[in-house]
Amino acid sequence: MSGLFLVQLLNGVQLGVLLFLVAAGLTLVFGVMHFINLAHGVQYMLGAYLAASLGIWTGSFWLGLLLALPLSLAAGLLLEFLVFRHLYDRDHLSQVLATFGVILFLDEAVRALWGSAPLPVPQPEGLGSIVLMPGLLYPVYRLVIIGAGLGVGLLLWLLVERTRMGMLVRAGASNAPMVSALGVDIRRLFTIVFGFGAMLAGFGGALAGPVFAVVPRMGDTVLILAFVVIVIGGIGSIRGAFLAALLVGLVDTLGKAMLPDLLRLVLDAAPARQAGAALASMLVYLLMAGILAFRPAGLFGGVRA
Amino acid sequence: MLRRTVLGAAALPLLGGLARPALAQNAPVKVAFLGTLSGPAASLGNQLRDGWLTGVKHLEGRLGGRPVETLVLDDELKPDVALTKIRAALERDKVDFVVGVVFSNMLQAIFRPVTESETVLITTNAGPSTYAGRGCNPFMFTTAYQNDQPHATMGQVAQEEGYKRVFILVPNYQAGKDAVNGFKSRFKGEVVDEVYVPLNQLDFSAEVARIAALKPDAIFTFMPGGLGVNLVRQYRQAGLANIPFLSTFTVDEATLPAQQDAALGFFTAATWAPDFPGEASQRFVRDFEAAYNYVPGNYAAQSYDAALLIDSALKATGGRTSDKPALRAALEKADFPSLRGRFAFGRNHYPVQDFWLCKVVKRPDGKFATATVRKVLENDTDPYAGECRFRG
Repeated sequence: MSGLFLVQLLNGVQLGVLLFLVAAGLTLVFGVMHFINLAHGVQYMLGAYLAASLGIWTGSFWLGLLLALPLSLAAGLLLEFLVFRHLYDRDHLSQVLATFGVILFLDEAVRALWGSAPLPVPQPEGLGSIVLMPGLLYPVYRLVIIGAGLGVGLLLWLLVERTRMGMLVRAGASNAPMVSALGVDIRRLFTIVFGFGAMLAGFGGALAGPVFAVVPRMGDTVLILAFVVIVIGGIGSIRGAFLAALLVGLVDTLGKAMLPDLLRLVLDAAPARQAGAALASMLVYLLMAGILAFRPAGLFGGVRA
Repeated sequence: MLRRTVLGAAALPLLGGLARPALAQNAPVKVAFLGTLSGPAASLGNQLRDGWLTGVKHLEGRLGGRPVETLVLDDELKPDVALTKIRAALERDKVDFVVGVVFSNMLQAIFRPVTESETVLITTNAGPSTYAGRGCNPFMFTTAYQNDQPHATMGQVAQEEGYKRVFILVPNYQAGKDAVNGFKSRFKGEVVDEVYVPLNQLDFSAEVARIAALKPDAIFTFMPGGLGVNLVRQYRQAGLANIPFLSTFTVDEATLPAQQDAALGFFTAATWAPDFPGEASQRFVRDFEAAYNYVPGNYAAQSYDAALLIDSALKATGGRTSDKPALRAALEKADFPSLRGRFAFGRNHYPVQDFWLCKVVKRPDGKFATATVRKVLENDTDPYAGECRFRG
């Protein structure tokens, strides 16, 4: 049973790490630019589609992943230039409406280009599996996802806390007009932050491709969870997003794995399964409600905003 | 057209009687095809549509001698959209038949308006229990199956293979629960665990680890669409493929292009597979692939059969659709060469047919398809047929 628990723990961390990659960009854009970008999930989907297509084209998953990064960045910058740039000064309702329109448009565009059937994704070559518990092969690739997520987290922290660019981002978050008055091109800064966030989401999608199905609208479910993550973590906080993502990933995975068994201690088998499954899907939102009840600004909210 | 027919029939009964066959020969048969053609489930709707169009093409664009006009409608997997479009087809376009329908909830949305206008409804995929028993309707036919039957087929397979301990994994909604009941109706061994996952589940790693820990003799699952793609891939990656993978609507021609090697050797239950012998079946597969560049699944074959069915009925009525009892009687005969071979309707207008165990194979041309392993149920009638009494 300890083997099973270890595997479930790793699964939880892995889901958390993928959520972090999406949530990091979302929280940066939201925190720094006060801009609600519902289309962030679409950028995750684009990353997955680009990596899968390029992986098929080049014959190598890793090459596809590598090539997908600049393309995701370019897609993010293009969207920023065409649509989002014109919305920064509008209220949140306009932003929500416009970015929701982008979701609809890009979901259909992806379907028209690649078709509605799930895309075959080349499996990452050169990685085997390890045995963590008897009878179960654990793909090393899943450990790579965890490693990549932790690496990105560290890199982001260094960028935000230790570089000049990071300093400007932090300054822009607390008082954008002042930064602008001091002679910093705040628009350019916003564009860079936006492109970077889009690239992170694309990276998350590209990493998720071999594990999850690459289908139209795959970004929608992730987007909702990513919003939960940034709300729990505190909007604008990278550190909060990181911890909240791991928390959400673990609660979701362990809840699904353990809750039906726990309920069986007090209920019959059949209702325990049904109630357990239903409750497990709610757990993440219950967690969010619980945390907000005690810390309305999220775990790390208000520290810097 | 309606006004002319009414005039002819009411004012000049003699002349009308003479004129009508000629009119029936020239005017096109109007058919509304309804399917889910956008969104994640569109590959199923595409299969239905392309199967229907292949059938019409093989009949040289004529049903019972009359030219066909097909209105292709996308329900977008939204009941209100399905209803609006079907209403327009019935009232404005005055269609003679409604065919297609991927999902049971779309069928539920359009069922009453179509049958109440006495238009013949032929579903080529959806076959809910709602309309198989007491709720059956003389104007509805299906060339597919009743939804319980494929699941029951898999239960029978598990029973015959002598599996003692089976693990069940389904999505947490009505069709998932129906799948479990269908499977259990014929499997009498121990169910070591039943796991219900949310319909938008992304990652199956928790369930896969659980299966590895329980080591069942086989698993039974119903995971349509993208769910099935994830599950199959992760099941294979986890090295569990030595545990037999019994499934329904999880590995088929709609999902195999994405699953590919990961699904090799996995099992499914079907009424037809592309490797069915017989020239008609082979010709269908050949022409379908040439036209649409993907492998037809049983979805497409069922739609193809619907075209042949309507053709046979219209031939029997001399092309006329106005005499409803005659049209229904002609449809009930099911006097057409089905791709499945033998085909007959039960009293509830659901087919009485054979069900096959199929397995995923890689064809010599590199494409993935299902192939028949053996016949599991012969001349199977759905469990609700006995309750059906047509009113009027």
